Amino acid sequence: MHDMSIAELALGLRAKTFSSRELTEHFLARIGRFNPDLNALITVTGESALVSADAADKQLKNGLAHDLCGIPLLHKDIFCTRGTRTSCASKMLHNFIPPYDATVVENLAQTGMVMLGKTNMDEFAMGSSNETSFYGAVKNPWDTAKVPGGSSGGSAAAVAARLSPAATATDTGGSIRQPAALCGVSGIKPTYGRVSRWGMIAFASSLDQGGPIAKTAQDCALLLGAMAGFDSRDSTSVDRPVPNYHASLNDSIQGLKIGIPREYFSSGLDGRVAKAVQDSLTILRELGAELVDISLPNSHLSVPAYYVIAPAEASANLARFDGVRYGYRCENPKDLEDLYCRSRSEGFGEEVKRRILIGTYCLSAGYYDAYYRKAQQARALIRQDFTQAFDKVDVVMGPTCPTPAFRFGAKGDDPVAMYLEDIYTIATNLAGLPGMSIPCGLVDGTPVGLQLIGNYFAEAQMLNVAHQLQQVTPWHALQPEGLI
Amino acid sequence: MTLKYTDIERLAMLSRLAVNETDYSAVCARLESVLALVDQLQAADTAGVQPMAHPLNASQALRADRITEFNQQQAFEILSDNTHEGLYLVPKVID
Amino acid sequence: MPWETVIGLEIHVQLATESKIFSGAGTRFGSAPNSQACAIDLAMPGTLPVLNRQAVDYALMFGLAIDADLPETSVFERKNYFYPDLPKGYQTTQLEKPIVGAGNIPINLPDGTLKNVRIHHAHLEEDAGKSLHEGSFNAAYSGIDLNRAGTPLIEIVTEPDLSNATEAVVFAKKLHGIVTSLGICDGHMAEGSMRFDVNISVRPRGSETLGTRTETKNLNSFKFMEEAIALEVNRQIDVLEDGGVITQETRLYNGDTKVARSMRSKEEANDYRYFPCPDLLPVTITKAHLQKLRLSLPELPDARAERLQQQFGIAAQEAEIFAYNPALSDYFEVAAKACNDALLAAHWTTGEVVRRLKTASLELHDSPVSAAQLSTLLKRVGDQTISGKIAKQVFEAMWLGEGDADQIISERGFKQVSDSSALEKIVGEVLAKNPEMVRDYVGTEESRRKKKLGGFMGQIMQASRGQANPQQVNRILVEKLNEAIHSASG
Repeated sequence: MHDMSIAELALGLRAKTFSSRELTEHFLARIGRFNPDLNALITVTGESALVSADAADKQLKNGLAHDLCGIPLLHKDIFCTRGTRTSCASKMLHNFIPPYDATVVENLAQTGMVMLGKTNMDEFAMGSSNETSFYGAVKNPWDTAKVPGGSSGGSAAAVAARLSPAATATDTGGSIRQPAALCGVSGIKPTYGRVSRWGMIAFASSLDQGGPIAKTAQDCALLLGAMAGFDSRDSTSVDRPVPNYHASLNDSIQGLKIGIPREYFSSGLDGRVAKAVQDSLTILRELGAELVDISLPNSHLSVPAYYVIAPAEASANLARFDGVRYGYRCENPKDLEDLYCRSRSEGFGEEVKRRILIGTYCLSAGYYDAYYRKAQQARALIRQDFTQAFDKVDVVMGPTCPTPAFRFGAKGDDPVAMYLEDIYTIATNLAGLPGMSIPCGLVDGTPVGLQLIGNYFAEAQMLNVAHQLQQVTPWHALQPEGLI
Repeated sequence: MTLKYTDIERLAMLSRLAVNETDYSAVCARLESVLALVDQLQAADTAGVQPMAHPLNASQALRADRITEFNQQQAFEILSDNTHEGLYLVPKVID
Repeated sequence: MPWETVIGLEIHVQLATESKIFSGAGTRFGSAPNSQACAIDLAMPGTLPVLNRQAVDYALMFGLAIDADLPETSVFERKNYFYPDLPKGYQTTQLEKPIVGAGNIPINLPDGTLKNVRIHHAHLEEDAGKSLHEGSFNAAYSGIDLNRAGTPLIEIVTEPDLSNATEAVVFAKKLHGIVTSLGICDGHMAEGSMRFDVNISVRPRGSETLGTRTETKNLNSFKFMEEAIALEVNRQIDVLEDGGVITQETRLYNGDTKVARSMRSKEEANDYRYFPCPDLLPVTITKAHLQKLRLSLPELPDARAERLQQQFGIAAQEAEIFAYNPALSDYFEVAAKACNDALLAAHWTTGEVVRRLKTASLELHDSPVSAAQLSTLLKRVGDQTISGKIAKQVFEAMWLGEGDADQIISERGFKQVSDSSALEKIVGEVLAKNPEMVRDYVGTEESRRKKKLGGFMGQIMQASRGQANPQQVNRILVEKLNEAIHSASG
């Protein structure tokens, strides 16, 4: 059952080949077997999952169930789940049980999906290797000596290891796409504002966006359709109808213009990754698409601008963790300053603290214009690059990451080496554009990803193109050995 | 970009983070490497460019002035071990 | 050396919305601790702000009332600092692009001159919670109540155009009148609905450069503001005359002890690291919306004063009192119309009602005597059922909840005695008892006799337990005394 796509599972549930309870038990069993090694989940909610599964079975019997009803699901531990610990993989929130659900959690629960648990991640979504989690790193199911990517490493690894057919994730600078690429699964970060951020613990508010990770583009289409939509509780949410992403998956891509930015094939890119990407582009051309050379001349500003804006916003967003109303509180504070200082220093990990300090620096008196304002201007230039590109092409494609999965500790002590991991994914967050990663080959036995960048609200088109490619390529169907 | 000891001290104070004195040089080195990265921004020609507020240049939506949230004090209180008759307790605040 | 004082004010005005500026929690004053603090107000992880339309409109109404520039776009920013009453670790406020730009508020000074006070800008922001330092908890702790956190405020910032405490108070009262007339603030100073921060500096008279200023924060009554300014001006002059220098600092004035002190904790060099709040988008104000609001603006103080004088013929002084106190003005108008005697109603509203509220420390909306109830009392004065003096006793009884005017008048036999035969009897008796006084009266030169009437009146009123109709008594008394003159000369 764990090899089946969501659409196939949905059919199986309706044909009574299996019940949601059986499906849920099956995936819970896989979690029980493989998670102790992979560490993809922080919390398993077996009991409540079975209750949800039984409710789903009842709904399915009544015949009025949503397409996703009864399908198991994992939530990244950044989405607040009422009554279930939501830790953001931080000691700071190790004891935090929200009395409310994130909109994404609510929307998916509404369909009758069954939550199996919460996935591991980089602490507060800050990281590209999952090594910053308070609960320990997630291992890449393809090679457990290697990182799964981050920050949604738990979600990507869980889907890759078939511990769940679907997982939610978030993407601030590549946190859906990079782990999806390194784990060989499909993930889409929609247009900024497409998916509500209510109840999604903020890292960098102007960049954060939730999205699904699943095996295929088709599965992503089903999931995104249920996750997306206007939410009056999120001021940055966009009031615009959600198209039926599934309906357009089989549209022809004849005549589709694909922009290939030359900046995304520069010196830092591993040649083997480049080749895998080129091979997919060739196939797309054979399917009728036209490849167009384009330039995104301000690409080099993406990483610097990101590492001003994201830490700046994070430094404020994480100020609420002060040991007073919830979360970690230090023992015996001697005064108020001590309460703040020790609760935060003991509750946050090193990378989180580093980013808070960087953000504080970039916003401090005398530096605001040189850093924050300048970065927001650079952001406008990056957006303009894409706007001009989309005058000529329908979708932009390139690698998701410069290299395949690396070994734990490989990036050493230098935060900048890790930051460059997101060199191709960050620009879309800065511009607010949708981005997607689908598997496009194996390098050294681990997967690499093809990135699709669409125009604003062009998710349907991206999913369509990805689905068409997945109809004629095998990569999405490969799975790591030893996890049968 | 070189950071001084006092810079780190000040950033730590503003952020309410304790940085061990023994860690200062390591913290300094890592922050400096990140700042060297972000300093690449300085070369960008941004003259006359409006800083971006929202990717779609959207405006703030407004909500009706209605009470939609009712007393959930007890549900929130259990998230903290330091409350007293509904109040959150902190070491004495000195103005 | 003669000194000159320069004062600028920052005024926090709580907006009278039902719900908070960024959340749907209520804003009622005096609720149980944290019972009005929702997940957003408590800065729970993952929660987000959504802006209250009414708060925006109230700010714009203020801008329209002071004829301010109202920019098309305004932006919320985060002001970052740690404090227990600030759950997010930042205050959502406005800095670069406030909702209300420069405007003007003219004030009438006691010497009759008109002074313009320039408003630098007014911005929207959220209020903080409260730290309680005393309670039934361990004395080493403070208790944090976040009910007030997120209450919408406009902070109004003046130019340093005020020159002394009197001007500052005149300005503050006018501002109070404007915001309460607009209905954007309940004006309850004691509950913190309006709080004043006063920036004060002194300089040698004639000097062009400003002296170093101090800021005295959170003054919540006109009286405290007046006292605090006087105290701080004197302190600064003393320091300067002793050859010292003024340190730029934040000060706190204690209205009970009449002592001010420097706030040490605010001295830590803060760096608020303002930046545009990424959870909120720029607010766009259309011309059409402004026009709609302009047309719906209620009457403002200056216009009200003029109308009351014209419509009711009341004195300028009374009209001015009403102008700044729309609730009192409404009370007056109801009473005046109901009793059909505007002058009497104005006299009573600005006199007895205000005096009694003050002694009871009550706000008008808590007055136990309504305008309608007052008007029935005033009718009895008008139709001479009771005298003004008795009316005050009846009013006091009404205040204490002992019944309505007519009930009290009849139960206590306060009804004025207008029966001529009864009055003639009393007058006759008093004259009979005081032959000396009558002789004295008769012997007095005609032009000075009027002054002698008072002695008789007092005794007559006493004999009638205050219930004799004074006008009638006066007539009967003069008649009878005239008879005595005639018989003496006859």
